[in-house]
Amino acid sequence: MSVPVGHYQYDRIDRDFLQARIAEFEGQVKRRLDGTLSEDEFKPLRLMNGLYLQLHAYMLRVAIPYGILDSRQLRKLGEIAQHYDRDYGHFTTRQNIQFNWIRLEDTPDILRELAEVDMHAIQTSGNCIRNVTSDEYAGAAADELVDPRVHAEVLRQWSTLHPEFTFLPRKFKIAISGSPNDRVAARFHDIGILARPGDDGTPVFRIFVGGGLGRTPVIGEELFDSVREEHLLATLEAILRVYNAHGRRDNIYKARIKILVQAIGVEAYREAVEAELDQMELDRYRLTPEAVAAIRARFAIPLLEAPDDADAVLTQQRRDDPLFDRWVRSNTHVHRDPGHIIATISLKPAGGIPGDATSGQIGRLADLADAYSFGEIRITHLQNVVLGHVRKDRLRDLWLGLSEVGLAEANIGLIGDIVACPGLDYCALANARSIPIAQKLGARFADTALQAEIGALRINISGCINACGHHHAGHIGLLGVDKRGEEFFQLTVGGRAENGAALGTILGAALPEDETVDAIARLVDCYLGLRESGETFLETLTRLGHEPFREAAYEAV
Amino acid sequence: MKLFELGERTAQVHDVLVTVAELAERDDARAVLLESADDPALLRPYLNRLDLVVLRFSIFRDGRGFTQARELREYLRFSGEIRAEGHILPDQAAFLRRCGVDSVVLPKNGNGDPGLWEKQLRQFPIAYQRSVLPERAIGSGFRVEEAP
Ligand code: HEM
Ligand code: SF4
Repeated sequence: MSVPVGHYQYDRIDRDFLQARIAEFEGQVKRRLDGTLSEDEFKPLRLMNGLYLQLHAYMLRVAIPYGILDSRQLRKLGEIAQHYDRDYGHFTTRQNIQFNWIRLEDTPDILRELAEVDMHAIQTSGNCIRNVTSDEYAGAAADELVDPRVHAEVLRQWSTLHPEFTFLPRKFKIAISGSPNDRVAARFHDIGILARPGDDGTPVFRIFVGGGLGRTPVIGEELFDSVREEHLLATLEAILRVYNAHGRRDNIYKARIKILVQAIGVEAYREAVEAELDQMELDRYRLTPEAVAAIRARFAIPLLEAPDDADAVLTQQRRDDPLFDRWVRSNTHVHRDPGHIIATISLKPAGGIPGDATSGQIGRLADLADAYSFGEIRITHLQNVVLGHVRKDRLRDLWLGLSEVGLAEANIGLIGDIVACPGLDYCALANARSIPIAQKLGARFADTALQAEIGALRINISGCINACGHHHAGHIGLLGVDKRGEEFFQLTVGGRAENGAALGTILGAALPEDETVDAIARLVDCYLGLRESGETFLETLTRLGHEPFREAAYEAV
Repeated sequence: MKLFELGERTAQVHDVLVTVAELAERDDARAVLLESADDPALLRPYLNRLDLVVLRFSIFRDGRGFTQARELREYLRFSGEIRAEGHILPDQAAFLRRCGVDSVVLPKNGNGDPGLWEKQLRQFPIAYQRSVLPERAIGSGFRVEEAP
């Protein structure tokens, strides 16, 4: 077996550990079924293993650590979708995959199948440190300063069944990036980490704390500017220790770390963390260069070789084929190697369900990854898929292959690249159906030439205030609200998760479901009419303020 | 009351168990009960005479006791016995032990089956982080052998 590129390669010890975790879970299911565990006791235990009870069935959320899979793992996910679900899986905004139609009795078997390919559902839910997310272009992007995957893996391991932090006040999400261009929404996480090289070449980490969306959206604040690598774990332990001891436990809506940081202020939080660090035996927590090297050694590096004319071939092909050219414009990113390019595959076909992929598509993606990108696949936090290392002269062949299975949509970062939560079709907490409105918007802006003309514009949709669809962070955000049993959508504008993170602000009264798509279309028309050359939607909005957009959106209501 | 030993120290029975507030008045007290909201640092003046700190879990989901145990071991260098009582699950056995807890008061329902606690202590051959215990590191990484 060849070593997979892109993620940490398990050894026997890691595999034995996974088997032990499955045996433990199987025992827990048995105790639930024989009644020795109450449902109240079982619930947190099953959540810690990714198993939710939804509106119609159990849902299993499988971890894709830092979003990277190999083709063998992806094929296994396709098989699970086929055998245990309704032939599709759903990629989430936290780089996981969810199966929505799972039977409790099947879960130990599914977990065993996942373990065959070194995968698991550990800590994809529950009030613990969740699956760590990272930059979807990690180790590939030209703009990267530090490859964040090694430290993401350090964090994955360190947080796995952490003895002290498995029963926190609430869930805890960590994201890490190594690029000056934030592609992980660092400031919308409980802890966001930005790595950069220090003076001696070893990375240093800028740490934000207390960000989050949900019903109280907060932009994370900087706790430390330059934490040294050796103190990374100590610092995280100190942050979590303060939270575990002092986070609220009386009200789940006030239990996230963001509420604690807001309540005492970031300075007081920093002092509390420093007080912990002063008392800690730092040696015990030291992340040594040897430990980092041992983990780095288990990542295989792709051998990036391309013919000298790779770039010229691509340039010519783009000139010859305008459709291909449009896809390259929206769906690729600059690779650190001049002969290679990063390709993003949209899981947002016009009128489709954002983030869903059938087992057939999943299998095909695995084949294409084998053929074009060292068998490596990445899941993005915007519910798309990335092939990280495609030779430029072979990009067109990849695009042709994608076209055959309906995966060549040219809309990454454009208005059709909609993020939506499961909403009322699956979720017991929902006020509104997020998926149908996403489908209608996708159909309305189906024309990719029009999408390219509109330019960078992100729409995010959540079916309720819990904000799983990150509506606060959308350039245009839609929030489902319930008015006397009718579905309405509240519009926000101006949110962004990228550099310069901002929360969207409310444009006006919520609109009935059947008027929402038209209102957004008018808002977009308004932007096209008012923009100065080269201006994005956000730039025009910043220049002119809400008023013209409010007028346009509400003119016919 | 049935006690179960997690491994480090032998469990001792104490007749007098006082709250943190009562400690100052009771010179004879060798054992104290810490509620989840109590700051372990309050015990600092009394550590020399204390043999036992009991951490009370009002519900197993409230994980403050884990941090209290670690603070007692790591910051206060408490070398006596730490015990957990209240609503705790056998599924937490190794977490408790690795945070420095020596014994538990077995719950009076199905969660109190000593066989389950025994099994859980041996569930995982390794762990992915250092704990307060002197566990053997595997290779140069930070994985350790979890020896019950
Ligand atoms: C259908 C089952 C689901 C339920 C019941 C559910 C429930 C929730 C709840 C209650 C919160 C708020 C927690 C808090 O703020 O403390 C939340 C947050 C979140 N959910 Fe979901 N969710 C579901 C599915 C999803 C899916 C499919 C995704 C990804 C596409 C997702 C992504 C998120 C994210 C990213 C947050 C975090 C917001 C934040 O923590 O700042 N959820 N979810
Ligand atoms: S935002 Fe609300 S409706 Fe959507 S998945 Fe989350 S909890 Fe459910």
